[in-house]
Amino acid sequence: MASEYTTSEYIKHHLTNASMCSTDNGIAFNKACADAGFWTWHIDTLAWSIGLGLLVMWFFRSVAKKANSGIPTKTQAFVELVVDFVNDNVVSTYHGRSKLIAPLALTIFVWVLVMNLMDLVPVDVLPSIAGLIGQHGFGMDPHDVYMKAVPTTDLNLTFALAIGVFGLIIYYSIKMKGIGGFMKELTMQPFGHPLFIPVNFILETVTLLARPLSLALRLFGNLYASELIFILIATLGIWQLPLHFPWAVFHILVLPLQAFIFMMLTIVYLSLASEDH
Amino acid sequence: MNINATLIGQLIAFAVFVGFCMKFVWPPLLEAIEKRQKDIADGLAKSERGQKELELAQEKATEQLKEAKAQAAEIIEQAKKRASQIVDEETQRGHDEREKIIAQGHSEIDAERNRVKEELRKQVAVLAVAGAEKILAREIDAAAQSDIVEKLVAEL
Repeated sequence: MASEYTTSEYIKHHLTNASMCSTDNGIAFNKACADAGFWTWHIDTLAWSIGLGLLVMWFFRSVAKKANSGIPTKTQAFVELVVDFVNDNVVSTYHGRSKLIAPLALTIFVWVLVMNLMDLVPVDVLPSIAGLIGQHGFGMDPHDVYMKAVPTTDLNLTFALAIGVFGLIIYYSIKMKGIGGFMKELTMQPFGHPLFIPVNFILETVTLLARPLSLALRLFGNLYASELIFILIATLGIWQLPLHFPWAVFHILVLPLQAFIFMMLTIVYLSLASEDH
Repeated sequence: MNINATLIGQLIAFAVFVGFCMKFVWPPLLEAIEKRQKDIADGLAKSERGQKELELAQEKATEQLKEAKAQAAEIIEQAKKRASQIVDEETQRGHDEREKIIAQGHSEIDAERNRVKEELRKQVAVLAVAGAEKILAREIDAAAQSDIVEKLVAEL
C-alpha cells in the first residue's frame, strides 16, 4: 500500500476503472471523463478481457489445429479434459441438438475463469506498474492512473455476457416454440385462464428478466466482493501477510466455481428456453 | 461503477469469441475426442474377440495334440506288432531254409554215396575178378575160392 494514500483513497483508487472518452478537446482519460455519461470506455476492462480472451482462444486454437485422435500430447490432453468436462455438462443438461451451446459454454467457462484468475494477482502489482508507466511515460500523477485488472469486477462485462445469453434465450425460445408459443408461455402460465393474462405476463416477464440480471450480478458481486476483501487485507500493514494466503487459497475454489456456475446456468437457461413445458 | 459504452465493446468481444470458438476450436477438438473414444471402443472389442479366438484355438490345439498322441501310440503299437511278426516270419523262413538245405545236402550226400558205392562195387567186382583170375592162375581150384569171392562181394 502506497503510504501517501489514506485508506479510503487507496481502496477507491484500486476499484476505479481506467476510462477513456472523447470530449470537445479530443480524447480524454479518467477524471476528465467524469461527466461523459454513457460514451465512456473502461479501457482496462476492455484490454484485459479481450487480451485474456485472445490468449485463451489462441491457446485452444493452436491445440485444436494439431489435434489428433491418436496419443495426445500433454497440452492436448489438458485441453481435451476441459472440452470433455464442458461437453459432459452440456450433453447431460441440454437435450436438443445445437452447434452453438457447447462452444458457447466452453467460451464462457474458460474466458470467465481466466478473467477471474486475475483476482489472484496481488492487488498492488498491476496498478503500481500502470502508475509508474503513467508517471514516467506520460508525466501523469500516479494517483490519476487507474488499473482495475479483474475484468469480471466490472458490471459492464458481466452484463455484456448476461445480455448475450439473454439474447440467445429469446432467440431459442422463438426458434423452438415460435412467436405464438413464446407469447403463450409468457401469458398463459402459471394460471391457465384468460383473466389472469396480465398477472401471468408480469410474473413470467420478471422470471425471464431475472435470469440475465442474476447471472450478471452474481458474477459481479462475488468477484467485486473478493477483490474488495483482497484490497482491505492489503491495508492491514504487516498483518496482511498471514491473511492474504488463506483468502487466496479460498479463491482457488471460488473463482472456478463462479465460472462454472455462469456456464452451467447458461446451459440450463438455454435448455429451458428450447423445451416446451 | 456505472454502465457505459464498455458494455457494447464487451458484447462484441463476447460474440466474436463465441463465434471463433464455434468455428475453429470446438469442432476439431470434439472430433478428435470422439474419434479416439471410438478407436478405444473398437480396440477393446477387438481384443475381447482376439481373447476368445485365442481360447478357442488353444482348446483346438489341445484336442489335436491329444488326437495326435493317440495316433502316434497306435502307430507305434502297430509297428511293434509288425516287427515281431516280421521277426517271426523271418525266423520261420530261415528255419525252413535251413531244413531244406540240410535235407538237400543229405540227399546229395546219399546220392553221391550210392554212386560211389556203385562205382566201388563195380571196381571191386573188377578187382575181385582180376584177383580171382590171378588166384585162379595160381590155384586152379576156383570152385573152392568162389564162396570167398562171393562173400567179399556181398560185404561191399
